[in-house]
Amino acid sequence: MLNRKIALGFAAAFSASAALATVAEARDLTIVSWGGAYQDAQKKVYFEPFKKASGVAMNDESWDGGVGVLRAKVQGGAATWDVVQVESDELAVGCEEGLFEKLDYTKIGGEAAYIPPSVNPCGVGAILYDFVLGYDKDKLKEAPKGWADFFDTKKIPGKRALRQGPKTTLEIALMADGVAPKDVYKVLATDEGVDRAFKKLDTIKGDIVWWKAGAQPPQLLASGEVAMTSVYNGRIDTANKNEKKNFGMVWDGALFTLDSWVILKGSPNKDAAYKFLDFVGKAENQSKLSENIAYGTSNKDAAGKLQPAVLKDLPTAPDNIKNAVEINVGFWLENIDRLTERFNKWAAK
Amino acid sequence: MTAAPAIGADAQTEVPLKRRLRRAERTRQVKALALVLPLLVFLLFTFAGPIAGMLWRAVDDREVRQVLPQTIAALASWDGRDLPDEKAYAALAGDVLAARASGTIAIAAKRLNYALNGFRTILTSTARNLKAAPEPGTAKETLGKINPAWRERVTWTTIKDAGGPITSFYLLAALDLTRNVDGAIVAAPPDQAIYRGLFARTFIISLSVTALCLILGFPVAYLLATLPPGRSNLLMIFVLLPFWTSLLVRTCAWIVLLQSKGVVNDSLHWLGIIDEPLRLIYNRFGVCVAMTHVLLPFMILPLYSSMRAISPAYMRAAASLGAPPLTAFLRIYLPQTLPGVGAGSLLVFILALGYYITPALVGGAADQMISYFIALYTTETANWGLASALGAVLLLATILLALVYGRLVQGQQVTGGMKN
Repeated sequence: MLNRKIALGFAAAFSASAALATVAEARDLTIVSWGGAYQDAQKKVYFEPFKKASGVAMNDESWDGGVGVLRAKVQGGAATWDVVQVESDELAVGCEEGLFEKLDYTKIGGEAAYIPPSVNPCGVGAILYDFVLGYDKDKLKEAPKGWADFFDTKKIPGKRALRQGPKTTLEIALMADGVAPKDVYKVLATDEGVDRAFKKLDTIKGDIVWWKAGAQPPQLLASGEVAMTSVYNGRIDTANKNEKKNFGMVWDGALFTLDSWVILKGSPNKDAAYKFLDFVGKAENQSKLSENIAYGTSNKDAAGKLQPAVLKDLPTAPDNIKNAVEINVGFWLENIDRLTERFNKWAAK
Repeated sequence: MTAAPAIGADAQTEVPLKRRLRRAERTRQVKALALVLPLLVFLLFTFAGPIAGMLWRAVDDREVRQVLPQTIAALASWDGRDLPDEKAYAALAGDVLAARASGTIAIAAKRLNYALNGFRTILTSTARNLKAAPEPGTAKETLGKINPAWRERVTWTTIKDAGGPITSFYLLAALDLTRNVDGAIVAAPPDQAIYRGLFARTFIISLSVTALCLILGFPVAYLLATLPPGRSNLLMIFVLLPFWTSLLVRTCAWIVLLQSKGVVNDSLHWLGIIDEPLRLIYNRFGVCVAMTHVLLPFMILPLYSSMRAISPAYMRAAASLGAPPLTAFLRIYLPQTLPGVGAGSLLVFILALGYYITPALVGGAADQMISYFIALYTTETANWGLASALGAVLLLATILLALVYGRLVQGQQVTGGMKN
């Protein structure tokens, strides 16, 4: 008797969840981005205007990245996301694993409308941003000129902060050791190059604080914990604008990368998703984003619509991108496991 | 309907009575089972099932088999001594062409790259440059021309080794072991051998935190247990308040306190005790301080409840029989607190083993615990096999420790008059 009641209870629970699942089929378009100040800016210039202009019902969520998360979403079936902003390595791996829809560029203004690095069969570029050398102008007597100064604790005393892990850290070490930005991955592809990077890191090993989340470097600078740090350029800009800080950036030898919009495989809202991508791909909308937050964007004509005062702080400004190097996704896909192990071995010594 | 048994008819009704007793017992058991059944089913679905699935991923190895089925079949009869024959090369060429058409080449490339760094490039460049199926008899030559790696024995043993359907590869990797080209288990190359050290580090940090919690928690619990209820309740609130505060908030508070221009360093500097700020954070010290603070209530509460049950009369009796205070404490009081010490230590130790956020925020690169790597491989690099293997090793080590611990304290259980 009791058992049958329990069984009935389970049956009811299952049918209820099945009913919920069917409701989820006919859900609103869901856009997922990185949260924080960036998503606030996106809400203002992308999401709200898009809802008004198109009449599409949409909502937005945020996430912290990781291709494992997307894999779990898509392979688990009934993914609750449609359009997601992903980093370059998530784009590459997810594309290989078939987690994203192949994009039809004719529906979003054609490939020619976008800058070449932002065109990918699985995703379209959203923003371009840099890892730069950041410092506090109020605390340093003499401004650092590049990564070589970052490693020179005699010239500029104090601790430094870098992102934990081999990615970006090894490139920075090589540039500090005199490798030209354009040759960084050529050198890093050899065993001697990797040894050279670790040897350079050895010189300031005791002075490095390792950060893990993008919000940490500005805090480390603000509290005076470190004299210099590698940092996302947008974070420095936000700290200067919103918290009246006086942080400086060095664009020389910066590492840039792109984030892209993708449509998750099997999304039930593909048409609405294309409408959204078309809207956020337009130059006039993208230039509004750059006015709100210091990221470069993917449409070729977006930069031309900006005031010079805004443009000079963007990664896509000609002077700023001149000596910057794009983070090489292919290299890291191939070597991330081995170099992560090696990095941790080195860190534990 | 049973008639009331006549007096003195015990012998006749004995059997039915036994049977009736058994029946009653059985009904009770069934009822008890029915009561816990919902919880059992719930646990099975939400706890045992996912854990089994996680453990399965540590040995599951079907990616290469799915993408290169003919190659795996052709290599089944290969002894691994010289290069495989033309048949295997032709099978590989066929598989690569098919995989490129269906876009699955990267799935195999990713798995093979774990075992042999650079395999991703070997496979993707082969897929790019192999325009059509080679003429019969020329597959070996064609593939060797596209990428000289196909002339190496290790390339082929790697494929054969990853043929699945189950593998020891990830579990071996989690223990810093690997198979060499002849299939023998050998130590991993030194710059990749990090996991044993990582497990050791995880256990050492957890043990230090447990010891610190015990040293700090024991006197506090004693005070709470011996004060009159009104005052002890007030103090108990001080123990519980941090217990109810978010872990993240408490961890960030330690950053504010311990950083080089933080409260502690500034105070010491102001008092003239130090000239240069001490390094109190982003190192092992910071991790131990923050974790001890976060886990202290888990030590104090079990200790407190075991101490509350100890009658003060015992200590008075010991004193009246002439025991000095220290002897009375060591021989009378301490043994009675052991169940609390044991429960608290085990709880703190096992919670500490899985800590992630606190070491990530206040630790340096050399203070990250195993959970950091499990998270890294789960979300960032999506190497779920290795993440599961690390989890499996941690789970096994924890279970073993708990068993050993159970053995150790079994002989000393003080049950307060309740029978086990």
